[in-house]
Amino acid sequence: MHDLIQYISSYLDPSVKETPGAAGNFFWATVYILLVFLGLSIAVIAMNWLERKILAHMQVRLGPMRVGPHGLLQPIADALKLLIKEDIMPSEADGLVFWIAPLIVTLAAFTVFVVVPFGPTHAITDMNIGILFMLGVSSLSVLGIVMAGWASNSHYPLIGALRSSAQMVSYEVAMGLAVVSAILMTSLNAEGTGTLSMIGIVQAQQVQGTWFVFKFFPLGLIAFFIFAVAMVAETNRAPFDLPEAESELTAGFHTEYSGFRWSLFFLAEYSAMIAVSSIAVTLWLGGWLRPFPNLHGPEIAIAHYWPPADPSLSRGALDFAFSLCPGATFLFLAGMCFFNAVRMPKHPYFRIQTAGLAGFGLLLAFIGLVLLAPPIRDHIQDIFWFSAKVAAFMYLYIWYRGTFPRYRFDQLMKVGWKILLPMGLGVLILTACIGLWVTMHHAS
Amino acid sequence: MTPVATPFFFYLLSGIMLIGGILVITRKNAVHSALALILTLLAQAALYLMLYAPFVAGVQIILYAGGIMVLFLFVIMLVSIERTMKERQFNKQWLVGIVAAGALGGLFIAVYTRGKEIFPDRGISLSETQNTQNVGTLLYGQYMFPFEIASLLLLVAIIGAVVMAKKRI
Repeated sequence: MHDLIQYISSYLDPSVKETPGAAGNFFWATVYILLVFLGLSIAVIAMNWLERKILAHMQVRLGPMRVGPHGLLQPIADALKLLIKEDIMPSEADGLVFWIAPLIVTLAAFTVFVVVPFGPTHAITDMNIGILFMLGVSSLSVLGIVMAGWASNSHYPLIGALRSSAQMVSYEVAMGLAVVSAILMTSLNAEGTGTLSMIGIVQAQQVQGTWFVFKFFPLGLIAFFIFAVAMVAETNRAPFDLPEAESELTAGFHTEYSGFRWSLFFLAEYSAMIAVSSIAVTLWLGGWLRPFPNLHGPEIAIAHYWPPADPSLSRGALDFAFSLCPGATFLFLAGMCFFNAVRMPKHPYFRIQTAGLAGFGLLLAFIGLVLLAPPIRDHIQDIFWFSAKVAAFMYLYIWYRGTFPRYRFDQLMKVGWKILLPMGLGVLILTACIGLWVTMHHAS
Repeated sequence: MTPVATPFFFYLLSGIMLIGGILVITRKNAVHSALALILTLLAQAALYLMLYAPFVAGVQIILYAGGIMVLFLFVIMLVSIERTMKERQFNKQWLVGIVAAGALGGLFIAVYTRGKEIFPDRGISLSETQNTQNVGTLLYGQYMFPFEIASLLLLVAIIGAVVMAKKRI
């Protein structure tokens, strides 16, 4: 028993500066896995609600309004509906493959989060092949889509699956080239060797003092642009959602799926979106680093609150301002809730909704205050900035869906093979040349 | 990090590989065969991980499981399954089959009994945390020439495929 407690607390020692996976601590690795899974589930629920609300507002509609205040409970109602819905399998379907397909897609979408670096110590584990692992495992999800389309034994799903496999294999090439040009930039250090480790990539940006999106301007920006386009195609989202184009193929590869199996595809789609956004954030947008990580401002002190107890953290005024952001965000959301609770119609029919919204606001305010407490404030900075950057990408996904018309298939192939691929090759070669020139310049 | 339960994982993964391999040749449905092959390739990638070769494992997943097998499936899905189900599974080449199996079995027995003399008995020389970097340094340093030859071959293959596939260039 004593050994067990010792084992658990050994990771909490402040001198341990590595991920639980790297430290070999199974207990904390399991805790992190559960936390990531919980966070992802909440994020998918939130995305479900936000996507419908934001799309609705873009089209001057209200969106879900009935279930809960401003439709806040709509995702939960939907999840319940999906769980109790009849599970239908076409009689001519290939049973085993039909059954495995959604599992493969979900597994591939969730497994990649093993290496996503929410912070220098806030990752489940760090791998030497981190980015390669993420790309490889997420490329497995196309297998699940192809299997789903084929096993349904129906025309629309098969066409959807064919489109999807052609599309994902094509855009993986451009995506890979963009990723390689970012990885090349990690090798601009004294040893001259780069890294594929997700944590190592962010640390390289920290050491070089710039996000890779601004490195070798505009090369980093172009590589980032290629990736940003390819990742939308890779996750089968609008404007590249040909595999499930509802006006042509009903629902594409998951036409024959219903109930819980369908919800697995839904879950996988959203967590895959979060996963590729995390790759983009890690490679180009500085991962867990806050904006302007090298500016600190003058040192200031506030009794019992600032500077942080941990002497390794910087203590400038700018650090202080940025450290308040996580709590302030939640307090702002709480304020929005209270504002809308006051604006609710005064009719008795809306009494429960008003109380619910105010209660939700109180919960958010409580979370905000907890995040402002010094010991917690110093430990969640990295997680907050990483999540905020990923959230920006999530908003972009919704924005694309609201604004861009769907590509035709030949246009899609043209963009992938004739525009993005040559661009990616050019950026890769130029990055290599400039990197070589910079290294030789420094050596001489 | 020190490895845990190595024999267990080795036998588990080898078992999966063998079962997958047997399924590949016994399934009548070509799609099922391809899926079993993917299972085998994934288990093989995990075996590479156990050999402290994470880079090879990652490349195996990306190239074979995620790339080549998807194209395989792509083609197989368009083949009429009903016709292939009726066709004979094996073409009864018993003599050739026995000779090939005997040669392979003999090779296995030779490696199993005299493996210690044939292969150098060395511990792991590449560290896990620097694996990719070491592979890169070797490929672009010591083995630069063979590596470039291989990439030239691939280029020729790509151009050949384009020439063969397109009627008018």
